[in-house]
Amino acid sequence: MPKWTMVQAINNALAIELERNPDVLVFGEDVGQNGGVFRVTDGLQERFGEARVFDTPLAESAIVGTALGMAIYGLRPVAEIQFAPFTYPCFNQIATQVTRMRYRSCGVYTAPLVIRAPCGGGVRPPEMHSDSVEALFMHVQGIKVVMPSTPYDAKGLLHAAIDDPDPVLFLEHMKLYRSFRQDVPEDRYTLPLGQAHVVKPGREVTVIAYAAMVNVALAAAQQVEQASGASVEVIDLRSIAPLDEETIATSVGKTGRAVVVHEAPRTGGVAAEIIAVINDQCLYSLLKPVERVTGPDTPFPMPKLEDTFIPTPERVARAIYRVLEP
Amino acid sequence: MPDNPIYQILTPAGDVIGDVPDLADETLVGLYRWMVMARIFSDRMVALQRQGRMGTFAPLNGQEATCVAMAAPLEEKDWLLGSYRESFPYIVKGVPLLSQMKHWGGHLPVDYPYEARCIPFQIVLATQVLHAVGIAMAIKYKKEKQVVMVGCGDGATSEGDFNEALNFAGVFKPPVIFLVQNNGWAISVPRKIQTAVEYIAQRGAGFGVPSRIVDGNDVLAVYQAVTEAADRAKAGEGATLIEAITYRLGAHTTADDPTKYQPPAELDAWRQRDPITRYRKFLMDRTLLTDAQDEQLHDDVNAEFQAALDLYEALPPPNPAHQFDYTYAELPPQLQRQREEFLELGSWR
Ligand SMILES: Cc1ncc(C[n+]2csc(CCOP(=O)(O)OP(=O)(O)O)c2C)c(N)n1
Ligand SMILES: [Mg+2]
Repeated sequence: MPKWTMVQAINNALAIELERNPDVLVFGEDVGQNGGVFRVTDGLQERFGEARVFDTPLAESAIVGTALGMAIYGLRPVAEIQFAPFTYPCFNQIATQVTRMRYRSCGVYTAPLVIRAPCGGGVRPPEMHSDSVEALFMHVQGIKVVMPSTPYDAKGLLHAAIDDPDPVLFLEHMKLYRSFRQDVPEDRYTLPLGQAHVVKPGREVTVIAYAAMVNVALAAAQQVEQASGASVEVIDLRSIAPLDEETIATSVGKTGRAVVVHEAPRTGGVAAEIIAVINDQCLYSLLKPVERVTGPDTPFPMPKLEDTFIPTPERVARAIYRVLEP
Repeated sequence: MPDNPIYQILTPAGDVIGDVPDLADETLVGLYRWMVMARIFSDRMVALQRQGRMGTFAPLNGQEATCVAMAAPLEEKDWLLGSYRESFPYIVKGVPLLSQMKHWGGHLPVDYPYEARCIPFQIVLATQVLHAVGIAMAIKYKKEKQVVMVGCGDGATSEGDFNEALNFAGVFKPPVIFLVQNNGWAISVPRKIQTAVEYIAQRGAGFGVPSRIVDGNDVLAVYQAVTEAADRAKAGEGATLIEAITYRLGAHTTADDPTKYQPPAELDAWRQRDPITRYRKFLMDRTLLTDAQDEQLHDDVNAEFQAALDLYEALPPPNPAHQFDYTYAELPPQLQRQREEFLELGSWR
């Protein structure tokens, strides 16, 4: 089995989809000859031709709006937005059009399309490249939001996203693109959307994370376990929307303690929704108030302050100790 | 720009000054019947709204020629997208009157038949122009012979999406026709505040999209311009921008009071250019229509509207389950729970 980075795993998934379904088209800014600014689409234009893998003018709203038209017609577009915060210019097309086509037409027209975008902080790009947008889209009804944390997950989830009859926003964390390799099957496989993954079972406290924060949570769990012997469960959400409430509630119902981690700012973030779910479904199992470890409610900082913005294993470990206090 | 860049076949007085398209007599009369239906549809929908029997409605009075001729030349396999002001073109394209009543009445489901190939009329200005380009790009990719017609207003041309759509169309050359119904107003904002260029059609040049200007109150001119643009598109020559110059004789919607901003003299001047009067004269000159036939035609159209209205008013109230049922192909568990709760209690607990 090959050992691939997330970039390679996603590239492989796109190639398989282009190969097996002539209705799949891949397009966006610099995705053609250049293979994407992160090389995620490297070699695809050469292999599948300019009719199927192509560069567009620099216009995010048009990339998404035309993708919707193609999906209405029956194609399976996979559109790339070069960086997640550049979904702001196409927020309208996503929130009022893509996500509502099925609803507005009562199922006569649908929007089976995927919008891929590199996201997240930690790679020191210029301003405005690292904003977290997942909570915004979680609040928009009618779209699924997927954020893989490993090469293996990225491939399986991307296949499932392209299969899905509804629109999917597929956010690929830049920090994870090349940070580690993993065994990834070369054949096609899918991982279910809307289903979280218990990456590390444990008994006394649940840590809930996604994307790049999964490894941070795992490192924190290891620190705590080694230092105190407490047993920590770590959940990787994989999908932000729909949220896998069942896995969260089952885990917290068992442990009675929870820490939610994301690098996005705190107010109105994904953690807030998770805590509401815990409140609804396992309040009486809770032994301590749920902790949040998140970015502050400020813009994502300039590169020299990134490290203080993004949650670290130490911050997560401190939160775990706080909820473990009797 | 030539002295009079506005393409016309009939003068406002109904005299022929251009080449009349080679259409069968029944097609020529058919265009008239659609225009009469457009006027009756608009007037009656406004009246119904006033009586509390219909939702907010956007009248199309004055724009009947364009509303009919942007759709009539299309084939069933072609697509038509538009805003609320293109509600009537949708009917010409094959969306039943009843479906339009349900849409304006706020009923669910809004069941446009797929075969009409019309996307539920758009509310968020200019977004549909991009969808049209995307559909046309898909048609081109699939090497099909179909064309996409998309309508929008003069105000919508100032939106980014309109400009991005023209730009994509210039680059990818898909089979799409942009038809701007320039009716002089965007609610209360006059046309001159939308753009500094004299004609909206001029903007095509900046995107490499050929464009033309037509008298939007001349049904034959619009019909011919659309036919030529569709032929170009189907021949693989790409997009065309058509600006149809017309005028909104009614209010923006039933929620608007144009006396607050519309100069009465301007309104009167445009009333003299009524598209229906003009075309009726043409048909009568050609002895394709008599007063008696015209009266009969009005009666028939009124009856057709009434029949659809009777069906509409006999509809049971919409099923609240539909609120949930069209959100996703398969409802996620939390939405399933919300649906059950909602239906069980008839409202939130
Ligand atoms: C994006 C957006 N902005 C504002 C509105 C509110 N609005 C509805 S119709 C309208 C005027 C549109 O004018 P025009 O495009 O000329 O079309 P017309 O109504 O004249 O047919 C406005 C401002 C809207 N629906 N969508
Ligand atoms: Mg207007």
